Amino acid sequence: MYWKNYTILPEQFRNERVFDGCGISGYINIDGKRDYGTKVIDMLCILHDRENGLGAGFAGYGIYPDYKDYYALHFLFDNDPSKEKVLKHLEETGYIIQSEAIPTKTPSNVDHPPITWRVFYEPKEAKSISTDDQIVNLVMQVNERFDGAFIMSSGKNMGVFKGNGWSHEIANYYKIADYKAYMWLAHSRFPTNTPGWWGGAHPFNLLGTSVVHNGEITSYGTNMRYLESFGYKCTLFTDTEVIAYLFDLLVRKHKMPIPIASLALAPPLFDEIYRMEKKHQIALKNIRATYRSAMLNGPFSVVVGYNDTIPTMIGLSDRKKLRPLVAAISEDENTIYLSSEEASFKRLMIDDISSYKFREIWHPKSGTAIIARLGDGLLRNGLEKPFEKLKLSVIGA
Amino acid sequence: MIENLVLSELEKRKAIEIDAAPDGIPLIYQDLNESIHEAIREGYDRIVLNNVCGQRFIAASLQGDLELIINGLPGNDLGIFMDGPKIIVNGNCEDHAGNTMNDGAIMVDGDGGDVIGLSARGGKIYVKADVGYRVGIHIKEYENKYPVLIFGGIARDFLGEYMAGGLIIALGLKFLPDGSIIENEQSICGGELGTGIHRGKIILRTEEDLEPKLGVGAKLFEIAPNTRKEIEPFLREFCEIFNIPYEMIGKKPFKVIKPISKRPFGGNYCGQIV
Repeated sequence: MYWKNYTILPEQFRNERVFDGCGISGYINIDGKRDYGTKVIDMLCILHDRENGLGAGFAGYGIYPDYKDYYALHFLFDNDPSKEKVLKHLEETGYIIQSEAIPTKTPSNVDHPPITWRVFYEPKEAKSISTDDQIVNLVMQVNERFDGAFIMSSGKNMGVFKGNGWSHEIANYYKIADYKAYMWLAHSRFPTNTPGWWGGAHPFNLLGTSVVHNGEITSYGTNMRYLESFGYKCTLFTDTEVIAYLFDLLVRKHKMPIPIASLALAPPLFDEIYRMEKKHQIALKNIRATYRSAMLNGPFSVVVGYNDTIPTMIGLSDRKKLRPLVAAISEDENTIYLSSEEASFKRLMIDDISSYKFREIWHPKSGTAIIARLGDGLLRNGLEKPFEKLKLSVIGA
Repeated sequence: MIENLVLSELEKRKAIEIDAAPDGIPLIYQDLNESIHEAIREGYDRIVLNNVCGQRFIAASLQGDLELIINGLPGNDLGIFMDGPKIIVNGNCEDHAGNTMNDGAIMVDGDGGDVIGLSARGGKIYVKADVGYRVGIHIKEYENKYPVLIFGGIARDFLGEYMAGGLIIALGLKFLPDGSIIENEQSICGGELGTGIHRGKIILRTEEDLEPKLGVGAKLFEIAPNTRKEIEPFLREFCEIFNIPYEMIGKKPFKVIKPISKRPFGGNYCGQIV
């Protein structure tokens, strides 16, 4: 994982191509019990055949309980001047509560690690714009205009740790095993269409929304133009970033319920819609028409973490199920797991020390969201019909 | 456990057990496959793999009269290019089991993943419970090569897509954790059933109307008496292996999906030549 700087692809990896897919894993503890990162590392590292050492990352929710009211900004800097420049900008625009290095364990073969930094931050009150939107603008500004600086994550009481390397290397580098979280997302990367670099590793984050993704978003261009009309800037050269921004737009700004937002992102085919009852037809056609440019095309399976008010984990795959997604629930029904492969769950089962048990392991339906929320448990298991369990009143039905 | 299947042959075989996760750490798939090859070289023909955890390509390209018993979860591409051996999985299996299999058998005592039996050219794949998407895509037959895929549960979308021969049967049963067997209330298959099918048969045990689910080039038929007779030995074998009472099978009718043409997309590309 030797890098001269952290924004370009090194020569030695350029000709390396092994055909496989990314690995994604994640889980949420419904009662809010915080686990060390060791479990999610086990779940992810067993999927080593799905990665090629060009990126891995972790997102932990609930890792900063002492600073839970402040935005936790995770930075990567190439050098000290760029760090000073960004910190000065932060001081001008808001209040820095705490500013410190993210502890890392640099392997012996790396002599030039990036500067990993975290800032607990509160923007100055402004009348015309909410603090959330101020943070969104800050992230867009830093990632676009500040050379040698990159914001990995910007949510409250959560953090993203990512970089270019094998999943076990990144886990060791950031000492993931030392953090305690009630929701973990993890990703190991096999880049296919875009180069592997530190900023391009998953999870992608904006405020409380983090996304890990396996697949390709072929509608990237359409989605990007749509998002740009709302002021988002896609600067990371990777398709997954649009999913994070779309979730932020649909759920946080447009206040759509998550099951409906997932229908906008992965709507049923029209011939399927025509076989539904009238009320659902009208609703789905309207969703498809209104959010036509937000629809995600191409193969994907994603796990999304979201913590605007109540932390929620969402799993979603494309309508044609071109990428795998498996779900499981623990014996005590307190933990809901998602992963690319069932092997993640099997790995926990053969663990001698803790020997986790599962009540059920199942394959969710394509284009159907699995939603698990802190305190409420499994809200949707991914096997329902589009509007099942939802209250829906449609004008004109 | 489907041990009873092999009791008659058990004594004849020379058996070895391999631990796929020594000290609780799963082997990488190359090492696991190497130890299987080693056991075969040493003359073992009944290989038991314990604690398997997602290792891929197990039994890749193996030939001959072998028997593998897998305790755990085999990873993607179980039995890829396999030509002859019999694999018994005590548990679920992941995606792509039986990829381009030429001959042999894979018996899964649990659920299967997506794309089971893709491009299989022969042999049997029996999965006790449900399977995922795109199962049996482009399986094919030639002379005495005839792949048979049977699932006890339900399948999802794109079952038998571009099918070029062979036989797919889904029974629509549900296996409860206490061991009892009931009818599955979920739909037996998803949409786009048999899209682009140009040879072979998909047989589903169901009363539901499959007409809206048919894909391009597929047509729905009632089962003919000789077809019913033809599939009987396979069904009996399946029921015997997984301890399903055979009488249960007769409680619902079978429906057959067959191609409307041998070249459903011929006109799309070279219509004037044909």
